[in-house]
Amino acid sequence: MPQTEKLDESPKGRLSRDVQRKIGQQLRAMYTDVVNEGVPDRFADLLRRLDEKNK
Amino acid sequence: MPAQDDMREAMLAAVPNLRAFAVSLCGDMDRANDLVQETLLRAWAHQDSFEPGTNMSAWLFTILRNHFRTEYRKRRREVEDADGGYAERLTSPEAQTGHVEFGELREALLHLPPDQREALILVGASGFSYEEAAHICDCAVGTIKSRVNRARKKLAEILTIEIGQETEVEHEILIRRAV
Repeated sequence: MPQTEKLDESPKGRLSRDVQRKIGQQLRAMYTDVVNEGVPDRFADLLRRLDEKNK
Repeated sequence: MPAQDDMREAMLAAVPNLRAFAVSLCGDMDRANDLVQETLLRAWAHQDSFEPGTNMSAWLFTILRNHFRTEYRKRRREVEDADGGYAERLTSPEAQTGHVEFGELREALLHLPPDQREALILVGASGFSYEEAAHICDCAVGTIKSRVNRARKKLAEILTIEIGQETEVEHEILIRRAV
């Protein structure tokens, strides 16, 4: 689509891509932050209890 | 019973991602932990509905997502009210300083419609394909793609003020874009 390409060459288009990239990075960083907290004890305990109950 | 041990191990392994998904959806860690706990309890009680060989993580995400949506419908009025509150806070000094931090991003996420929010997180952070995200959200792949696009655009608009302060020129352009 020639119209879209033209729009993307404008400063506004470049800026918008920069903004999108930053937001994408922030979103993943925010997410990874929580993932890196691992498994809190309450969940390991919960699954252990459920497991023992079924056995 | 090895199958049950496998199930427990797989559920345990999914917890960190489930928590990250949950807190991105609801914006509150306590509530996110409750969502994950309820998800594990439901998954455990409905182990029979899991098809062996399919993606366990996607199955758990689906349960969490559906549970969140049910809860959300109950709280809808409260969430809709939040938009007005956010507009007020945008003009407060603390909202106008600094870069985009997680707190601001978290808050901005909450101002997306929930179907856009979940689509963006699943594809943009959890690392699911559009096809997997469509399966989790029970909709067409094209619908997920358009929700992700709209979510990205709206998030950029909401966060524009903070990012735009890097340079005056950028600020001006971004503000014009946002208006």
